[in-house]
Amino acid sequence: MSGHSSFQSNNAIVKWIEYRLPIFSFVNEALVVYPTPKNLNYWWNMGSLAGVMLVVQIITGVVLGMHYTPHTDLAFASTEHIMRDVNYGWLLRYMHANGGSMFFAVVYIHIFRGMYYGSYKAPRELLWWLGIIIFILMMATAFMGYVLPWGQMSFWGATVITNLFSAVPILGETIVTWLWGGFSVDQPTLNRFFSLHYLLPFVIFAVVFLHLWALHVHKSNNPLGIDIKGPQDTIPFHPYYTVKDLYGMGIFGIIFAWLLFFAPNLLGEPDNYIPANPLVTPRHIVPEWYFLPFYAILRAVPDKLFGVIAMFASLLILFVLPWLDTSKVRSARFRPVYKMLFWAFLIDCLVLGYIGGQPAEGIFVVVGRLGTALYFLFFLSLPFIGWFERPRKLPESIAKAVLESQGGSDGGSSGGGGGAPDGAAAKAEDRG
Amino acid sequence: MTDSTGGDGHDPSRRDFLYVAAGGLGAVGAAGFVWPLVNQMNPSRDVLALSSIEVDLSGIEVGQSITVSWRGKPVFIRRRTEKEIADARAVPMDVLPDPEGDEARVQKAEWLIMVGVCTHLGCVPLGQQGEYNGWFCPCHGSHYDTSGRIRKGPAPLNLVVPKYVYLDDNSVKIG
Repeated sequence: MSGHSSFQSNNAIVKWIEYRLPIFSFVNEALVVYPTPKNLNYWWNMGSLAGVMLVVQIITGVVLGMHYTPHTDLAFASTEHIMRDVNYGWLLRYMHANGGSMFFAVVYIHIFRGMYYGSYKAPRELLWWLGIIIFILMMATAFMGYVLPWGQMSFWGATVITNLFSAVPILGETIVTWLWGGFSVDQPTLNRFFSLHYLLPFVIFAVVFLHLWALHVHKSNNPLGIDIKGPQDTIPFHPYYTVKDLYGMGIFGIIFAWLLFFAPNLLGEPDNYIPANPLVTPRHIVPEWYFLPFYAILRAVPDKLFGVIAMFASLLILFVLPWLDTSKVRSARFRPVYKMLFWAFLIDCLVLGYIGGQPAEGIFVVVGRLGTALYFLFFLSLPFIGWFERPRKLPESIAKAVLESQGGSDGGSSGGGGGAPDGAAAKAEDRG
Repeated sequence: MTDSTGGDGHDPSRRDFLYVAAGGLGAVGAAGFVWPLVNQMNPSRDVLALSSIEVDLSGIEVGQSITVSWRGKPVFIRRRTEKEIADARAVPMDVLPDPEGDEARVQKAEWLIMVGVCTHLGCVPLGQQGEYNGWFCPCHGSHYDTSGRIRKGPAPLNLVVPKYVYLDDNSVKIG
């Protein structure tokens, strides 16, 4: 972004453009010579995968929008029209619906990766915040998108989720009526959800840009959680991480393709193939899998207002994570207590996800409440853990740790950051 | 591409092969993804299913026309008068911008069936108007004769005659 130092070209057209709009040096510094910690593992693939999924969702979504009709009488039929009549409509719709699931899966791994390796800590708090904002926007987008096919789950999911706002004291009913544009989920609701579902991905795209901007200031965190100290700690993004990202994308693509072609309805609800009926609620309402932990927290609290508060709190508490965690050490590799708690937290989230998909009765209620308590306990314990935990000794530098892990002497392949021009790498040092 | 794995005298053509193979596979994959995105804009099956219509001709008197909708376009069906037929057949070929005999444009001389879309830029011409008492397109002033042939104005071609068959004396299937 700053300077043209590392980018050279002899092509007259490139030079002409570059002089007026330095886009080549921008791309060069962001994706080619961009200094990246040399020790990133495969958990660092999730960011680029999430970016790819956002683009896939936008492309397939725009195309589906060409065939879909946001009207209560036509929405369900136009969805079936896409499945049966439109050329490759089945492929595009299944890609979009399952793409949402794959997007969330990747983003959840991305978030847990950030939590495990302490990527939220200074100086990356705003980077973390922008990530949470993307996550919340994704949830809103996914929720409104799920309403569009106008099946039973669409309708009743929309009814239940919008009714969350009726828990707001005094203004609740007014807010819900405003959201609906009427006295129940109906044509105005569907129409505005379509409009916003089309809009929000582009807002996400803009926030992703800010997310990347913030990322590129202090560069990626790494499994050791220590700062980049010089060019010996980094390798250029291209070809090392472009290839690694592409390889991960291939594996990811196989999983996505399996879901898409062999089990496209695995993650969906059969009830959503019944057209919306405002007079009959399905026996068992469940949101899509990626909302289940939050849904479990909502149901764990036997009070309307506090249930809603708990649910939103479980999401918003992520914003204060950088300050709740008082430890100076980032990576859980060097934090024995935090590491245990992290895994307990991960399991707790999975348990909550399971509970969220079960009926709210008997043992499920008890486990749901316990899981909810543990969820918040994890966050509230962090200030104290940072205080009493004795972290293990951190390595001096990324380069040194990498060499030691390889037995220390087969140095040829890791000498001085490969082809990284000195200028680019030195800048990393200035900033970091 | 320079990198640090060199030095053991590897064959550069092997690397070139890998690049081309990887790039080629990527291109095939990209094309496979792009084709559905392109093809989804072609007519869907329900649209294709509407590609023919049947029209009842009884009740149309000599000198009357009806307009029916076929594939979203107007189709003119005119039961021509003797004079209109005679006028159309009297025109010498060399005055026609798009020479075509009237006999070639109708199956039964009395019935003229054609797509009512001006061949200039797609407007619908008005019937029994213009200098040749055929059709006149108000958008840019194209004049068609009683056989629907272009005679004057910017349109390059005669009004299109769709495929049709007579199912019996009183009904026709268009498309």
